[in-house]
Amino acid sequence: MKFSRIIKTIFLLDFLKGMIMAIKEIFKSKKTINYPFEKGKISPRFRGEHALRRYPNGEERCIACKLCEAVCPAQAITIESTERADGSRKTTRYDIDMLKCIYCGLCEESCPVDAIVQGPNFEFATETREELYYNKEKLLDNGDRWESILAANIKADKPFR
Amino acid sequence: MDNIYYYLNVLFVETYKILFLLIPILVSVAMIVWLDRRVWAFVQKRRGPNVVGPFGLFQSLADALKYIFKEIIIPASSNKVIFIIAPIITMTLALVAWAVIPFGEDFVLANINVGILYLFAVSSLGVYGIIMGGWASNSKYPFLGAIRSAAQMVSYEVSIGIIIINVLLCVGSLNLTDIVLAQQQFWFVLPLFPMFIIFFISALAETNRPPFDLPEAEAELVAGYQTEYSGMMYAMFWLGEYANILLMCAMGSILFLGGWLPPIEIYPFNLIPGALWLIFKILFLFIIFALVKAIVPRYRYDQLMRLGWKIFLPFSLVWLILTATYLYYFNLLPSV
Repeated sequence: MKFSRIIKTIFLLDFLKGMIMAIKEIFKSKKTINYPFEKGKISPRFRGEHALRRYPNGEERCIACKLCEAVCPAQAITIESTERADGSRKTTRYDIDMLKCIYCGLCEESCPVDAIVQGPNFEFATETREELYYNKEKLLDNGDRWESILAANIKADKPFR
Repeated sequence: MDNIYYYLNVLFVETYKILFLLIPILVSVAMIVWLDRRVWAFVQKRRGPNVVGPFGLFQSLADALKYIFKEIIIPASSNKVIFIIAPIITMTLALVAWAVIPFGEDFVLANINVGILYLFAVSSLGVYGIIMGGWASNSKYPFLGAIRSAAQMVSYEVSIGIIIINVLLCVGSLNLTDIVLAQQQFWFVLPLFPMFIIFFISALAETNRPPFDLPEAEAELVAGYQTEYSGMMYAMFWLGEYANILLMCAMGSILFLGGWLPPIEIYPFNLIPGALWLIFKILFLFIIFALVKAIVPRYRYDQLMRLGWKIFLPFSLVWLILTATYLYYFNLLPSV
């Protein structure tokens, strides 16, 4: 063993160095955020909770083309549709099983009318499984609630699509 | 009839005294867990628990509440009686030792002649709770954890014992109050500084703190002897562990840092009551405990044993002989 090494071991020099470093680190700024009270920045492309959007006049965007149902790799989406009196095709059922969903974002990408989107919300934990079987009503409600942010996100991401 | 009243009176007075000591200790154990987590987090540039109460001070109480309401799972193949007794023993022994810790010259629950011996005996018994817990679980990880813990605590107790003899040589009494009073000129940390360092490191090993937390090395042993425990029983192990850490800090401050004595016997310092000085010293040692936890990696088992038996034990023995020689040569041996 080298002499300098013996001195280091006996006087715990490495340990003292570590201790001084630790004490210095205590007074540096924190790298974590105060989560429930402050949240990290989220990209406009963030793929969170799903929402079904409406046109500004209140009409549903979804035209029941079922592209999202077809593209969904986890087969989490179930759509049933019917023809309305005015000849347009609309959904009667639009269910997403949030437990099956893998949040890949393919539904959003496949949608020709930007109807189904994944919003910035990631805090939708529930206490029962049943609450995570989303139906059309819930998804439209989400769309209404997050519309301003959703529209802004789509606009921000437009140049890169 | 008068006799009964007399005994009842003594009983109540003693019970009040014990409660007066125990409740602050239990509360401070909860606070110390918070402090530990907080210091640890700060070194790692995290925030640590800061939501429950001011600065997260009540985090431990919230945790305790959670543990109380959790189900206690007793493994089917375990030895149920021993399984249940083990955490009780750990906690009781950790708390019982506080009876002899002097917070002031007359401020001690039991001012017994052999205080330090009692302290040492009780902290040695602490290993039984761990062995019983590990054995009664009837499962491999707790068993391995308990074996490691027993071997570790026994080996480091040897060097702690010899360090204590060093101090006793300078004092000439086993009474903790006398040990503190002998440090009125200067604290023993000055002449016995290497012993203080070894005592501190041995205390880390004794209380299974990093870098000696092999009994609960989570990468190898899940949680060591605590693996099968849940709910309140787990919380009791946890409480006992931290009470033991506090006890070791108190022991260190009494043996080496002058207990309740202020650092200098001059005006602004001796206004502060002695109990507060002792608490400051315990806190100081505990913060170092917490800092060490944040900066060191875990020892390998053979390194741990090498450190205990091949370095600390011979070194403290040699230092013991040096101390004895010095005291004898300069006629400083305390007259008993």
